[in-house]
This record gives sequence, C-alpha cells and structure tokens, in this order.
Amino acid sequence: MLLRTAWRRAAAAVPVAPGPNSTAPTRGLRLRGTLRALLAATVPAGADLPPWRGDAPEYYTASLFLVDHATQSDVPSATATPPQAESELRPLYMDVQATTPLDPRVLDAMIPYLVNYYGNPHSRTHAYGWESEAAMEHARQQVASLIGADPREIIFTSGATESNNIAIKELESAIQPDTSLVSVMTVNNEIGVKQPIAEIGRICSSRKVYFHTDAAQAVGKIPLDVNDMKIDLMSISGHKIYGPKGVGAIYIRRRPRVRVEALQSGGGQERGMRSGTVPTPLVVGLGAACEVAQQEMEYDHKRISKLAERLTQKIMKSLPDVVMNGDPEHHYPGCINLSFAYVEGESLLMALKDVALSSGSACTSASLEPSYVLRAIGTDEDLAHSSIRFGIGRFTTEEEVDYTVEKCIHHVKRLREMSPLWEMVQDGIDLKSIKWTQH
Amino acid sequence: SGPSRRGPIYFFPSKMAASSRAQVLDLYRAMLRESKHFSAYNYRTYAVRRIRDAFRENKNVKDPVEIQALVNKAKRDLGIIRRQVLIGQMYSTDKLIIENQEKPRT
Repeated sequence: MLLRTAWRRAAAAVPVAPGPNSTAPTRGLRLRGTLRALLAATVPAGADLPPWRGDAPEYYTASLFLVDHATQSDVPSATATPPQAESELRPLYMDVQATTPLDPRVLDAMIPYLVNYYGNPHSRTHAYGWESEAAMEHARQQVASLIGADPREIIFTSGATESNNIAIKELESAIQPDTSLVSVMTVNNEIGVKQPIAEIGRICSSRKVYFHTDAAQAVGKIPLDVNDMKIDLMSISGHKIYGPKGVGAIYIRRRPRVRVEALQSGGGQERGMRSGTVPTPLVVGLGAACEVAQQEMEYDHKRISKLAERLTQKIMKSLPDVVMNGDPEHHYPGCINLSFAYVEGESLLMALKDVALSSGSACTSASLEPSYVLRAIGTDEDLAHSSIRFGIGRFTTEEEVDYTVEKCIHHVKRLREMSPLWEMVQDGIDLKSIKWTQH
Repeated sequence: SGPSRRGPIYFFPSKMAASSRAQVLDLYRAMLRESKHFSAYNYRTYAVRRIRDAFRENKNVKDPVEIQALVNKAKRDLGIIRRQVLIGQMYSTDKLIIENQEKPRT
C-alpha cells in the first residue's frame, strides 16, 4: 500500500508527457526527468523489498518495476534486462547481408501501430480499420515509389522467400508449353556482384519471356526502375533495407498483365494473390524503410563505397595472397568477399570473435560445403574455404572498419605462421606440384 | 549567437533573415545535442554524422520556401530522435568492443 500511494503521488507530480509532434526543446529533457522522478518516487533508495510475489495486490504496481531477473538487486529498474546475464562488450556488426538493424526512423513509424492504432486493415466498418488501411496503402505507395511501380502492383508478403515462391509457382502453373521465366538475383548476397538487369530485361521482353528478379540485396541501395529494366516480377525483403523482419513484398506487373497463382488461400486479401491479414505495423515499417532508402541512397552509396575502398586497400596493402571474389567492375561496394590463401575461413571467423562476420551466406551456413557461388565463379576449392564476407552498411563507421582490418591482418598473419602449407609456399614449393600420398 | 557558440558557422548563409538563421542554428544544436544521447553506438554516430552532413549540404539554399520545408523536416526529425533516444535508453544493452577505446560521444 505504501508503494501504491507513492506511485499515485509521483504520477500526480509528473507533468503531462508531450505528444510526438511537440517541438519545444525543453520538454524532451523533462520527459527523461519524468522517468527518473517516477523511479525515485516509487521506491526510496535502499528500500527493503521482499521477493516479488505476483499474486499480492499491493505489489501489482511495484511489479511494473521489478523486471530485473538477472541480478538480486533491491533497487528495481524500469529498463528491460538483456538476455545474457554477464556484462560483456558486444562485437561489431559487419554482417549486413545476413540482416540489418532497424533504422530509428522505421521503428518510430511502426510504434503507433503496435500501441494504439491496432485495427485490422481489412475491417471496413470502423475507424480502427480505416486508419490501419490508410497506413497500409500509404506504405504500399512508399514501396512502389522506390522501384518506379504503381501501388496496385505491390503485394505484401512475409518476405522475399515467399515472394520468390509465388513468382516461381507461376511458371509451374502455366499451361502453354513454351511459357518460361528468367529469374536472376539483382545483387548477389555472397559476393556483391550486380547482374546486368536492364540488358536481361530487354532480352526477355523481346522474347516474350517473364523476367523475375530477387532484389532483396539491391532495393534501396542501387537505383531500380521496373519499367526501365523491363522487370515483370520483383521480390523485396524488409530486413535487408533497415526494415523489420517478417515482411516483404512482391512486385507484379500489370501492363502487360502477369498472372500469378496464390501460394496461400483464405480470405482473398491482397487482390486474392496473398490471403491473410496484412500486418499493418510491419508493412508500415517496410514502407518507412523504403522511403528512407530513397532519400538516403546517394549519401549511403557514396559513404559505403569509400569505406569499402578503405577496407580492401588496407587489407591488400598489408597481406599478400588475398583474392577478392566477384567482378570488381559490376560490384555493389557494401558486400566484400575476400579469400585469404592458406587460412581456413572458419578459424579466421572464430579468431575474429569481436567482429560479427560470415563466410558464405547465412541461409547455408549450417552445411560444411563451400559456397556454391564461389564454386560457380571458378574459385579453387581451397580458396573457397578461406573466404570471408565483410558487410558495410548505413551505420558502419570508419572506426569499425579500421578495427576489423587491424584484427583481420593480425589473425591472418598469426594463422599463416601456424600453417605448414604457408611455410612450404615461403620456401618456394609449388603446392600444385605436390603428390599427396594416400595412407 | 555569442562567442560561446562552437562548431562551424559557415553552414548558415548570411543572406537568411536573422530570425530564421537563429532558428536554424538552434535546431542544428538541439539535434546534435539530442543525438549524442543515443545509447547504441551505431545510431549515435550515424545521427551526429548525418546531421552535420545534411546541414552542410544545404548551406547554400537561398529560396525561403525551401528553407522552411527543410526546417519543418528537421523539426520532425528532432522529434524522432528524442523518442528513439528514450526508447534506446530503456532497452539499452552492453557497449561495443570499440567503445572503450574511442573518446566518448564524439
């Protein structure tokens, strides 16, 4: 009861929190002070709190603050505890091809739809439904605008994988024997190579063949226009462009009409092409991510190119026998795949424990086989096992690049010192001439 | 704007009316000040860098209508920064490995 009255006293003392559109500069400071004031008012410092009892009513309001499960502290905190119990410094994130962090502007757009505007966008009879639908259509416009499409050509899905399946299924359901489909990745997720999309589009259009591209790694990073490039179907992924996970879109051309068959049937949402309630908070996030990407594309590209140049130059200057995988001419700078000869990729990754990196794509990382992409471009098997992918994104800093480079150089040198193959190479032996005996 | 002001002043065109020049300066300072409170290293560094670069990029804008549009957008962005700083602080986690070595809140 003591806690409850203290809570009420604190709540009365606190000024009304400003709404999202407040512009007065001093209010922001007061809002932070509010949180501190609330904490200070509800539990006096050094209070003797009994262990939390969820059933006792007098602890109900206090329980809002007793979320600190990791430590047996008497002082409650309103902050959420991170999953790991011990405090450790976190590694740098250099794996943007696997996934990207949410841009704060995206989260800001989403939160209202997770808190107050929670209506089903397909509810036609009340304001909750109407406002949710309006948000969904606005997001659709934002996605369409990024790729030069009409909003009616955008269908929301759960991600690029679902979009790919819808696009490919069209091929299977086609009746005519001579109908076919070309499907190409716009930017490869392992080596960053850009495909000549406009040229492929032109060929497909002239041969009356459908052209699909998985643009997950390209949307918002390089300019794409579905009409200039004659694209009929395009897959878009939210979490590759600083948007939320679990959402994507498929672009389906209307003129000339491209017919697709729905993967999942149900209530007929999304023009019957993808049934299921459209998740408004997620699509609002995808739309916001697309809008931010459109604004920031030039700035990001310039910065990322500079950082990529810095990374590759520094590494190549300090280490011999490093190969960059992928055509340097047609290459997206933010995805750098390097092979370090005479060093095993997995051991280098483990050595670089303070940097989050990957070798090969995340979708196939469970298997031990070398990357199919590297094999396809003709990389030697041993070099394929030595490849590391460095991802540079919107939030990557120069300090992070320098730290990664420094650690990489250090560990490659160290691992090479321990490698008998490296020793042989230093002695001038040609490894290809060795006859390995069988035991 | 007295001698206590730090940071480049060449960002702000002298042809602007004194009141709107002061407004832009205030906005610039408020945005930078708020951005330094992001607890996530990557958000903090991005916001500070982007704000400086954006104001530098637009320093030669003369059209008052365009200036007003930019100011309005900056005000909205300041709101976003404030809210997201707060949320980040409520859900903050451990620092990155390089945060010990770099000087705090550049």
